[in-house]
Amino acid sequence: MTFNSLLQFAAVLGVLLLLARPLGEYMGRVLEREAVFLDPLVKPLERGLYRLAGIEAEDRMDWKGYALAVLVFSGVGLVALLALFRTQHLLPFNPQRQPPLPWGVALNTALSFVTNTNWQAYAGESTMSHLTQMLGLTVQNFLSAAKGIAVLAALARGLRRRKATNLGSFWVDLTRITLYILLPLSMLFAVVLIALGVVQTLGPNPVATLLSPIQGVDGKPVLHQVLAVGPVASQEAIKILGTNGGGFFNSNSAHPFENPSALSSLLQVLGILLIPASLCFSFGRMVRDRRQGLALLSAMTLLFLMALGALHWAEQRGNPALRGLPVTQVLADQPGAEHPGGNLEGKESRFGITGTTLYATATTGTSCGAVNGMHDSFTPLGGLVTLLLMQLGEVVFGGVGSGLYTMLVFAILAVFMAGLMVGRTPEYLGKKIEAFETKMASLVILIPAASVLVGTALAVLLPAALASLSNPGAHGFSEALYAFSSASNNNGSAFAGLGANTPFYNSATGIAMLLGRFGTLLPVLAIAGSLASKKRTPPGPGTLPTHGPLFVVMLVAVVLLVGALTFLPALALGPIAEHLALRG
Amino acid sequence: MTHPTPSTTQPLSLFHGPILRRALVEAGRKLNPLHQLRNPVMFTVWIGSALTTLLWIQALGGHGEARPGFILAIALWLWFTLLFANFAEAMAEGRGKAQADSLRRSRQDVGAKRLKDKVPGRDWEAVGAAALRVGDLVLVEAGDTIPGDGEVVEGVASVNEAAITGESAPVIRESGGDRSAVTGGTQVLSDWIVVRITSNPGETFLDRMIAMVEGAKRQKTPNEIALDILLAALTIIFLLATATLLPYSIYSVRAAGQGSPVTITVLVALLVCLIPTTIGGLLSAIGIAGMDRMVQANVIATSGRAVEAAGDVDVLLLDKTGTITLGNREAVALLPVAGVDPDRLADAAQLASLADETPEGRSVVVLAKERYGLRERDLRTLGARFVPFSAQTRMSGVDLGGREIRKGAVDAIEAYVTGRGGHFPEALRSEVDAISRAGGTPLVVAESQGGTARALGAIQLKDIVKGGIKERFAELRQMGIKTVMITGDNPLTAAAIAAEAGVDDFLAQATPEAKLKLIREYQAGGRLVAMTGDGTNDAPALAQADVAVAMNSGTQAAKEAGNMVDLDSNPTKLIEIVRIGKQLLMTRGSLTTFSIANDVAKYFAIIPAAFVMTYPQLGILNVMGLHSPESAILSAVIFNALIIVCLIPLALRGVAYQPLGASTVLRRNLALYGLGGLLVPFLGIKLIDLILVATRLA
Repeated sequence: MTFNSLLQFAAVLGVLLLLARPLGEYMGRVLEREAVFLDPLVKPLERGLYRLAGIEAEDRMDWKGYALAVLVFSGVGLVALLALFRTQHLLPFNPQRQPPLPWGVALNTALSFVTNTNWQAYAGESTMSHLTQMLGLTVQNFLSAAKGIAVLAALARGLRRRKATNLGSFWVDLTRITLYILLPLSMLFAVVLIALGVVQTLGPNPVATLLSPIQGVDGKPVLHQVLAVGPVASQEAIKILGTNGGGFFNSNSAHPFENPSALSSLLQVLGILLIPASLCFSFGRMVRDRRQGLALLSAMTLLFLMALGALHWAEQRGNPALRGLPVTQVLADQPGAEHPGGNLEGKESRFGITGTTLYATATTGTSCGAVNGMHDSFTPLGGLVTLLLMQLGEVVFGGVGSGLYTMLVFAILAVFMAGLMVGRTPEYLGKKIEAFETKMASLVILIPAASVLVGTALAVLLPAALASLSNPGAHGFSEALYAFSSASNNNGSAFAGLGANTPFYNSATGIAMLLGRFGTLLPVLAIAGSLASKKRTPPGPGTLPTHGPLFVVMLVAVVLLVGALTFLPALALGPIAEHLALRG
Repeated sequence: MTHPTPSTTQPLSLFHGPILRRALVEAGRKLNPLHQLRNPVMFTVWIGSALTTLLWIQALGGHGEARPGFILAIALWLWFTLLFANFAEAMAEGRGKAQADSLRRSRQDVGAKRLKDKVPGRDWEAVGAAALRVGDLVLVEAGDTIPGDGEVVEGVASVNEAAITGESAPVIRESGGDRSAVTGGTQVLSDWIVVRITSNPGETFLDRMIAMVEGAKRQKTPNEIALDILLAALTIIFLLATATLLPYSIYSVRAAGQGSPVTITVLVALLVCLIPTTIGGLLSAIGIAGMDRMVQANVIATSGRAVEAAGDVDVLLLDKTGTITLGNREAVALLPVAGVDPDRLADAAQLASLADETPEGRSVVVLAKERYGLRERDLRTLGARFVPFSAQTRMSGVDLGGREIRKGAVDAIEAYVTGRGGHFPEALRSEVDAISRAGGTPLVVAESQGGTARALGAIQLKDIVKGGIKERFAELRQMGIKTVMITGDNPLTAAAIAAEAGVDDFLAQATPEAKLKLIREYQAGGRLVAMTGDGTNDAPALAQADVAVAMNSGTQAAKEAGNMVDLDSNPTKLIEIVRIGKQLLMTRGSLTTFSIANDVAKYFAIIPAAFVMTYPQLGILNVMGLHSPESAILSAVIFNALIIVCLIPLALRGVAYQPLGASTVLRRNLALYGLGGLLVPFLGIKLIDLILVATRLA
């Protein structure tokens, strides 16, 4: 690892950890409905919205009420998106005259954006009108992210409250998260992105004359190129901050109009990790024990560093099959003999291995799914790291809200094992972990894992599905495994080789995304409800502390062990077999 | 009737011959799938065993997916896995049964002398004990066995309770008060009593005890249910991971153009190796063995839930007398007032105590003899008249002609002295306060001659704190358990004894209501409270406490209110009970961790073996260098089965337990069972593979 790589990694993580605390504290205040500095600006708007919707700010919901509100709200969002997709040709802001989306891809995309997955079976610039991008996709980018944070807030309240049923009001949470957190941050970030060169326009696509004409597929020379543009920066900001990942353009953040420079790329990585990391501090504040949030953040950071180290090592090491050939893959950074070395396939030269591996780790460790390079072209071991990061359940910082609430489920499982080992009924933050919590926590682990395994099995068994794999052998298997790992864990990135817009993939990934989002979110709310109704045992020397290094290590071990034991056979037949074959 | 030798006091050796033999038979009987249904992990193994057996039969016909010998070997070892798990359970049950049998011997149907018309008297009819119902009155005379649980309503008798407690010294049972409860199956040695029957046949204490130790009515405890759910979830995950391997393998074979898809036999073998059979197979044995350890400590718990709760206890309420201090107070010093000769005080104190048969009184005589060389004298030859203690005067003493000597509580003596024209010195009052502050109980001695009285001095009585109790409390503190002393003493005295004994807190001048209130307060703060009690007035507090240990010598009401009965009636037993509860949970947790950690090695054995024909490069994952794919898979399955047998002693005995803080215990158990669980199977599987190769079995 070069000094340059280290510097980039350290800079991003350093700034991240520096910003996480103040932002986390601020978000904690917002979620606890305390006064914040934006009140004079936003409060009137917030009040107006409540009045408009007929919501009482003091509403109380038990976990079932909260869950119902999430479901109804998602349902409405789904229908609105579908309507927009199917009628975009009749609506304004469609300079390229995009036709309505076919039902299959429309439903898949609607599910994808409502579940914060942003799996894209379509190419944005050649499918969606500006209105669809702004009113449909960008709106869902905000709302699906806000839903994740709201559910986390409900869980934190469940842990904090005693003998209560009230988890807060979903409507109020949703409104406050959007108005006080996501909108201001996105506006700020969008302006920064525009300053760095990301496009933002409602006009039609400009046409450029090529300096040197090329030969078209029909044999005629091509003289002009249509440059796809649009309201990119405004969508890009929330795509990153809300760990959504659905790009305006098909090539996502590898596209120079979405991600023009190394600096914008680093800022995007920072943006992806910012809210998930900061929420650890919000959580600590909400449960009145900052050390708890810090422990969770430490576990996430540890996992992130392990993954980043492995991924960077695999890519910088290069392709083992090229060894012995007259190709140099060795890094040389002396002046005059500069050579990046490693595996540069599928990477933008303006980001290089360092910028791409950092981005890939961040985007697959969180459930973002934006990409600035092609994961399909990573070395098999590099691809394995991205696969595993998703299969672990998206907890390495994870999606906004969802990452932390899934990590808390792992913490509950770790506490369960540890509690038994010290001879006490397991407790987390003073709440006893009993049969119901264990059952729900098991579902959170089980449902996405089942979806990945069964989905992949269908994909490699059904002839209709096999046609989508562009590579034969172990790599093709990895493509299918990646698709379902991504969809089932609401990541949304893809191994680019996969032809995803087929009836099989549209329906199968649609189901996987639904299962992955609501199959975890609902059990988490059930846990919140059950924990809220319990007494709180004050900690003593006999209770296992859940903030020390021992617990952090135990938590990391549980996350890794559960992921590895579930997916090792599949990984052996995919990236591991491929890697060993390349080694020869 | 023969006197049963109670087994409860003699722990059985772990592999007791008859139990072992019976367990082997039971293990076979438990192969019934209906029995396995209770345990999802082992039921999965049952299905796998049946499936591979069918595959073997198919292979015998020549259309098998693999060599019949290989399938048979896998099938057999899968059945063995089940048998070993059954055997563990049967062993634990067998040990309980052995104890139950000895209890049952004392329950043989004995005759009863039922009083006609349910009125006390001597007019009885002979009936069998089974015919008795609640409310019947029975007469039990010397030599009779008490026919059922009940309460003495008339008479007093000495009773041999060895059948229940293992303690051969007879105890007194009499009507009224805290010693009125009798247990069916015990024997009256002398005198007679009339007993009102309080439970119907089949519901007596003895019956419940037998059911408990047999594990017949054993219900899963809350933690066990939660663990069961987790194990079931893991089983489903591994079921999915192995089942989907078949399509993955079919695809890979097609893609690589070599090898053949993984066989069902191998998939079943992989599945059984991965699912947590080690803990799944030992889970019920651990639970039964926990109850068994309670019984060996002479504690009968009314439910497994109570045993488990004992491990969670945060606060122990301990009665001062009998638990923290020896029952009696002792005179330790005589403190004369200024101007009184110490010998004169000693003389007066001794005279006042000669006829006082209370332990305190006797200790004064002993002190006078040891410290002041005063021999015991005979009151009659002195012509003295003993004045006994009464609730009105709150003094006792002697009258010697014109001389009166009195000893008693400070205020009583003060009233006596001032009432007879005497003066109660201020110095004595401060002396007396000093004694109280130091945890002692002061008695004041006064004499009156010729109508004027004067105080001579004070006797310092002191509670004797039990030896070693302070260390035990320190242990408890380290485990995170708070100890609270309950006493009727005044706060000054209580504070001093609390400090000497090293308890964390105390409740002075405790009434039953105050006790109940204290328990509720702790519970409202989220604490789990344990206590012991014996009297009827303890019953409300016992009913409120989370872990309530009633003394066997206590009243029926106390026993009904508690969820455990200590046959030895030893209040210090609570500490032992906590230990057993914790050990039960720790054993489960440690073996679960061990079981899951084992899977890593099993993957390294089976994955390369299953896929090396398709992807030869996967052979590099065979880090153990196992001989062949067949031997690798077989070794993993054999290891998986044998490890259950190896861990039976640990499951029955419980993991080693030390009273340490939670983090230390976790670090130790993680290193031992987590890291150990990771490494042991690598060695074990390699060893089995070497043996298989050496014996040409693979």
